[in-house]
Amino acid sequence: MSLDDTRHLFILESRELLESMEEALLALTRAEDASEPVNAIFRAAHTIKGSAGLFGLDRIVAFTHVVESVLDEVRAGRLVTDSAMIGLLLACGDHIGALVDALEQGSLDSDDALHASGAPLVAQLQTCLGHELPAAPGSARPATQTSVKEAGSVANAGSRAGRDAWHISLRFGRDVLRHGMDPLSFIHYLKTIGTVVAIETVPDALPGLAEMDAESCYLGFEIELQTTADKQAIESVFEFVQDDCLVRILPPNSRVAEYIQLIETLPEQTPRLGEILVRCGTLTARELEEALNIQTAAEAGLQAGTAIGGILVEQGVVQPEVVEAALVKQQSMREAKTQETRSIRVDADKLDRLINLVGELIIAAASTDLEARRARVPVLQERTSTLTGLVESVRDSALQLRMVKIGATFSRFQRVVHDVSQEIGKDIALELQGEDTELDKTIVERIADPLTHLVRNAMDHGIETAEIRAAQGKPARGRVGLNAFHESGSIVIEVSDDGGGLKRDRILAKAIERGLVDAGAVLSDNEIYNLIFEPGFSTAEQVTNLSGRGVGMDVVKRNITALRGSVDVRSQEGVGTTVSIRLPLTLAIIDGFLVSLGDSIFVVPLDTIDECIDMSAESGQDYTNLRGTVLPFLRLREHFGMDGTSTTRQNIVIVKHAGQRMGLVVDALLGEFQTVIKPLGRMFSHIKCISGSTILGSGEVALILDVAALFHQAGNTAARTSEPRETALAA
Amino acid sequence: MHTTESNPSEQHLLMLSGEMTIYRATEMAQELNSALMQHRALRLDLSGVSELDTAGVQLLLQVQRDASARGIGLCLGELSQAVQDVFDCLNLSGHFSAATATAAGPTQTGALA
Repeated sequence: MSLDDTRHLFILESRELLESMEEALLALTRAEDASEPVNAIFRAAHTIKGSAGLFGLDRIVAFTHVVESVLDEVRAGRLVTDSAMIGLLLACGDHIGALVDALEQGSLDSDDALHASGAPLVAQLQTCLGHELPAAPGSARPATQTSVKEAGSVANAGSRAGRDAWHISLRFGRDVLRHGMDPLSFIHYLKTIGTVVAIETVPDALPGLAEMDAESCYLGFEIELQTTADKQAIESVFEFVQDDCLVRILPPNSRVAEYIQLIETLPEQTPRLGEILVRCGTLTARELEEALNIQTAAEAGLQAGTAIGGILVEQGVVQPEVVEAALVKQQSMREAKTQETRSIRVDADKLDRLINLVGELIIAAASTDLEARRARVPVLQERTSTLTGLVESVRDSALQLRMVKIGATFSRFQRVVHDVSQEIGKDIALELQGEDTELDKTIVERIADPLTHLVRNAMDHGIETAEIRAAQGKPARGRVGLNAFHESGSIVIEVSDDGGGLKRDRILAKAIERGLVDAGAVLSDNEIYNLIFEPGFSTAEQVTNLSGRGVGMDVVKRNITALRGSVDVRSQEGVGTTVSIRLPLTLAIIDGFLVSLGDSIFVVPLDTIDECIDMSAESGQDYTNLRGTVLPFLRLREHFGMDGTSTTRQNIVIVKHAGQRMGLVVDALLGEFQTVIKPLGRMFSHIKCISGSTILGSGEVALILDVAALFHQAGNTAARTSEPRETALAA
Repeated sequence: MHTTESNPSEQHLLMLSGEMTIYRATEMAQELNSALMQHRALRLDLSGVSELDTAGVQLLLQVQRDASARGIGLCLGELSQAVQDVFDCLNLSGHFSAATATAAGPTQTGALA
């Protein structure tokens, strides 16, 4: 792999790490227990620094190093993560991201303005490092060593033992002695760089005189070392045995939790290790007991679920944060594991090519099938039928490749909400639902901007100030919600808020003022609300940085329409507003149903079809009686202005869209057909009711009907029905 | 290393001398093992040990574990300076003092070089 490729990987990896760092920082604002997010943040910064070092990217290393130092202090409990610190770290994450961007564009070394912008951040970080909190109380432990009779050259255990020293755990490998090395000499060497305050020999692995290999080493040691040397210097003492010996080093003033973690990684039994650590003076007997209680309680909580966790919390045995952290950790470890091991990066171009080929495959299979039917050879028909089935499966799998969960996009909004709520001084929480809903990759990318605008709008204009909310009896914390679900072949994304809702009268007044609506016109509430999507429309009394200039909503609508989607808004004054975006699930291949109109063949998207019935109309009317309900229909022949008279037997295809149903009158029903959508070309793009074309097995061109547009054109005459939501995507 | 048989039913004195290092570890292990199999109580005299390395320490720890597992009394006699130094370095005096405290059997008084 060339240097450029690996550098590209570094850029990708760093961006992912920065994302997880940001997520963890935002999680800190919500969670009580800081240890897991803090570790994740530290790991992210540490890894970026290390990788940058490999590439000699000094400027990135230098900046990240200061961040890492601060994070180390946070991790050790010497600095608190208040909202100021979190804000500073978020800004640092952004700066590192900017450095990575500069690297990608090749301007990392030359862009002085960029580095100048990092200087104030560095200054703030340095201030944090200079003003550390006093070290956690861990001094002067009462000596718990009962077995020391001689003072010898081991420093008196009664003085400064325990957590003010480095703790080193050693478990030498079996072959250490055979390789010509002696643990004793390592320990002697340690004494040259510091004072061994306490040392405990761990002979637990000894098998028995008869079984032992006297030339193998079975010993381990737990050592408390006071030294001014740093971790690297201590590690380098054991450089030559690192590969086959277990060396664990904990810095001074490590928390009890870290010792518990250490205990878990060592081979001996927990109580035994606890006892050794107590003898070393690392922990007091009481701390050990408490920590072990917490540990077993956390384990029990994991196995038996929240019920037991809750009981333990009530009894005051377990701190709730510890239990929750344990559960969360297990959950996130599970998720992280499945994500890491089961996904693979794929070039987007390769995927598109694959789908194109699949499209051609479908057409080829269809024409083969057609020929087989014409030839009336049963065996051949059977084979082509099998072939068609397989091709369908390939098509489904290929399309699934392009589907991504919307959850990733939603998560990005945590940061947006966090920043904006600080900017405008309102307390707003983001609620996410339907994160597992999948949609096409290209749509995901193009929906992000419109969604951002809608969310900002909701926060800025929707949610009222704290005073107003209090006066109305609403909770002080505003709620912005993002929801996604599938419904009749589309994906629906809702942006909702529990703010003041749209002011119907003000909108109407403004619309009249701008001449969009006649003064005397009577409009439904829904129509009035939808006026906000008109260009230049804004009833905001204050134009803020974020919104209110009236350039937002119409752009949102245009972007969504470009995706063949639609947008709608529902609102209730004083209660809240919900903006719904409806988008097609996929742009490439759909299941279609062929119908004929005269000599022409049309395709109706299969998932918009409810049922098909024979044509029978109330004479001269444009509706029919469908099992007792009124079903209006559209005579497509007339609608499209086609020549010729209709055949005697006609059919009605009942289609549905956004809770409405309507019939389409066609001549013949021709059956299902996998449709590869070929775009129409710019010359025809203004044609409203046709969304694309496809090539049939016979080589003919069929036009694909845009059902949503047909509804729109048919106007408000379509009957309204309500539909239950589909909760799962039928892949 | 040589042994002095004093009283078969009482504590057996085992004198270990010379280098107690990896070079003789296997050999010493066998002798210690057979000593444990033959006697109900053992006393290890380490005054003649000129050098003690980790293998040697390991042997001593192993003997102690085996002795206590088999209910054989074990205690340490006089320690040479080399042994004392290592014990201090590894803080092992406690290990063996405790063993002494629990060792059963009458100790031999009398001539021990």
